[in-house]
Amino acid sequence: MAEIVAALEGVRRVYQMGSTEVQALAGIDVEFRQGEYWSIMGSSGSGKSTLLNLLGCIDRPTSGRYIVNGRDTDELNDDELSTLRGREIGFIFQSFNLLPQLNVLENILIPVFYQDNPRPDAEERAVMLAERMGLGDRTDHRPLELSGGQQQRVAIARALINDPPILLADEATGNLDTQTTVEILSLFDELHDEGKTILLVTHEEEVGRRAERVMLLRDGLIESITENQPC
Amino acid sequence: MLSNTLARSIRLGVKSLLLHKLRSTLTTLGVLFGVASVIAMLAIGEGASADAQEQIRQLGSQNVILRSVKPPDNVNSNQQTRVISYGLTMNDYQRVAETYPWATSVVPVRQLIQEVRYEDQVLNPRILATTAAYRDATGRPLMEGRFLSPADEENVSNVCVLGYEVARALMPLKSPLGERVKIGSEYFIVVGTLQPRVPLGDDQPDPGSQVTGEVLIPLTTGTKWYGGMQVKIRAGSREIEEVDLHEIIAQIDTAENVPIAAAASRVMLDAHHQERDYEVVVPLELLARAEETKRIFNIVLGSIAGISLLVGGIGIMNVMLATVTERTREIGIRRALGAKQRHIVLQFLVETVVLSVGGGLAGIILGLAIPWAVETYADMSTIVTPTAPLLAFGISVTIGLLFGIYPAWRAATLDPVEALRHE
Repeated sequence: MAEIVAALEGVRRVYQMGSTEVQALAGIDVEFRQGEYWSIMGSSGSGKSTLLNLLGCIDRPTSGRYIVNGRDTDELNDDELSTLRGREIGFIFQSFNLLPQLNVLENILIPVFYQDNPRPDAEERAVMLAERMGLGDRTDHRPLELSGGQQQRVAIARALINDPPILLADEATGNLDTQTTVEILSLFDELHDEGKTILLVTHEEEVGRRAERVMLLRDGLIESITENQPC
Repeated sequence: MLSNTLARSIRLGVKSLLLHKLRSTLTTLGVLFGVASVIAMLAIGEGASADAQEQIRQLGSQNVILRSVKPPDNVNSNQQTRVISYGLTMNDYQRVAETYPWATSVVPVRQLIQEVRYEDQVLNPRILATTAAYRDATGRPLMEGRFLSPADEENVSNVCVLGYEVARALMPLKSPLGERVKIGSEYFIVVGTLQPRVPLGDDQPDPGSQVTGEVLIPLTTGTKWYGGMQVKIRAGSREIEEVDLHEIIAQIDTAENVPIAAAASRVMLDAHHQERDYEVVVPLELLARAEETKRIFNIVLGSIAGISLLVGGIGIMNVMLATVTERTREIGIRRALGAKQRHIVLQFLVETVVLSVGGGLAGIILGLAIPWAVETYADMSTIVTPTAPLLAFGISVTIGLLFGIYPAWRAATLDPVEALRHE
C-alpha cells in the first residue's frame, strides 16, 4: 500500500450563524494515499466545500484531527500552515483565481515567492510547466488576454510549481465548455499517472467518474465511497 | 534573500499601484504638498532670519552702540525757526573711552547733512565724521586705498573714504583714489573706498534713486568745517538741530562683558541726561531676540507642516483601506497559495511606503523649486538647509509606515476562506 498523505480523523466543522449552530461536517474519517485519484461529490450544502477548505488548510476543524504527511495540522501555527499550503498542496479553483496585474509566468511563480527556501530552478521550471500546458508562447500575456481553458492551465501550472504531492481541484471544470473540460481532465489523468494525489470536488457525474474513487457526501457525512472500474 | 523578497515586493507594489494610476497619483498629492510646503517654508523662513541676523551682525555683534534720539516735539512749533539741542555729547564719549575697562575701542560718530559733488554728479549720502577706530568696530573691509588714520585726525586733513555705492555713483568709470570731491563747500581727497555691503532687506537702494552707502571723514575735520549745527528745512519752518555725536560705538572685548557694558552705559547716560535723548542698542540682544523669533516661527511652521503631512497620511490610509477591501479576493488567493501573514503585511506596507516615498520625492523637487522661484522672481533670499529635504523625506516615509500598518494588518488577518469567497 502506498503511503498515507492526508488523513481525517473524526473531523467536525461547526459554523456559528448568529445564535444557531450549523454543522457543515459531522464527523469525517478518511485516508488519502499517495497517488490516489478521488472525486468528492454531493449536492450543495453537503459539506464538500468545507471539506476542501479543511483539506487545503485554509480552514481548521472544530474538532477531530487532520494529518498531512504525518503532521497534525492542529499543532501548526499560521506561518507553518501557510508554508504547508505552499509546499504540500496545489490549489486549483473553479474561477481560476489568477491575479490580473501579473503575466502568465509571474502568476505561475506566486507560490515560489512565499516559500522560505524556494527551489533555485523555479524560473526554468515555470517556463517548462508553461510549455507543458501549451502556453510556451504566451508567458508574458495577462490572464484576461487568455481563454478560460488557457487560464485554467496557468492555474494548474501554478499549482504544480512547488511540486506538491496533493492537488486539490474545486469544480476545476465548472466554468469550462465540454471540449476544454475533456482536455483539462486528461491533464489530470496525466498528473495522476505521474503519482500525484488528486482530490477533485465536482457535482458533475461524468467528471466524477474519471476518478478512481468517488466519495459521496450528504449532510456533512460520508454516505458512500465507490471504486470506479478503470475504463 | 531578504533583499530579494523586498525587491520583489516593491516591484509588485509598484505594479499594483500602476493599475490605478489616477488614484495613486491623487493619493500622493497630500504628501507631496506637505513635504513641499515644509521645505519651501523652512527655506524662506531661514532666508529671512539669516537676513535679519546679517543686518544685526553688521552692527558688530560685540558692540554696544549708544545713539542719539531726538526727544518728542514740544508742540509749540509755530515758531519759524527752532533750535533743538539733544543727544550724546563729547563728554559722554570721554566717559565711555576712559572708564570702560572692557572696551577695546570706542568710536565717536557724527552724522552730517551735506551734498557731495563730483563734476556734475550730486548725491546726498550719509556723511559720517568719525575716527580711525570705526573700521575695527564695524569690521567694514576696504576695497582700495586706506582708511582714515589717527594722523588725518591730528592734522584735521580734508580726506575722505567713500562707500562702494557712493564711489560707483560719483565716478563709475575710474578709480576714485586721489580724486577731489566736494562735500558741502569744502574739497576732500579720496584716500580709500569700502567694499559693498551685502545688500539687505530694506537697505537696498531703490532702482534709479538715492544711493545708500556713506562717506567717511575725520571727526576733527567734520567739526572744523561744519560745526555742531544741522539745518533741516521742513514745510514752512526751519529747524536747527544741535547734536554733538550721533553714535558712540564701544567695542567690547568678550561677549560675556557686552551685557555689563550695556547696563553700565544705561546707568551712565541716565545719570548725565535729563531727557531720554539717547538709546542703547545691543546687537547681541537683538540677535538673541531674532533667534527667539525664529524659534517661534519654526514651531508655528512645524505645526502647520505637521498637520498637512498628517492629512496626507490619513489620505493614504483611506485609500489603502479601500484597496484592501477591493483586493480581499487577491489576499485570499495569495494566502491559499502559501503567503504568510507577514507577506501580506509587507505587500500592503510596501505599497503605502511607495506612495509616500513617491509623494515625498516629488515634494522635495517642488519644495526646492519654490524657494528658487521665490528667489528669482520675488527677490527674497532663501536658504535650503540640507537637513530640510532629509527631514521632510524622513517624515513622509514614517507617515507611510505609520498609516500603512493598520490597513496592512487588516489585510493580513482576514480569514482566508472568507477572503476567497469575496467577489
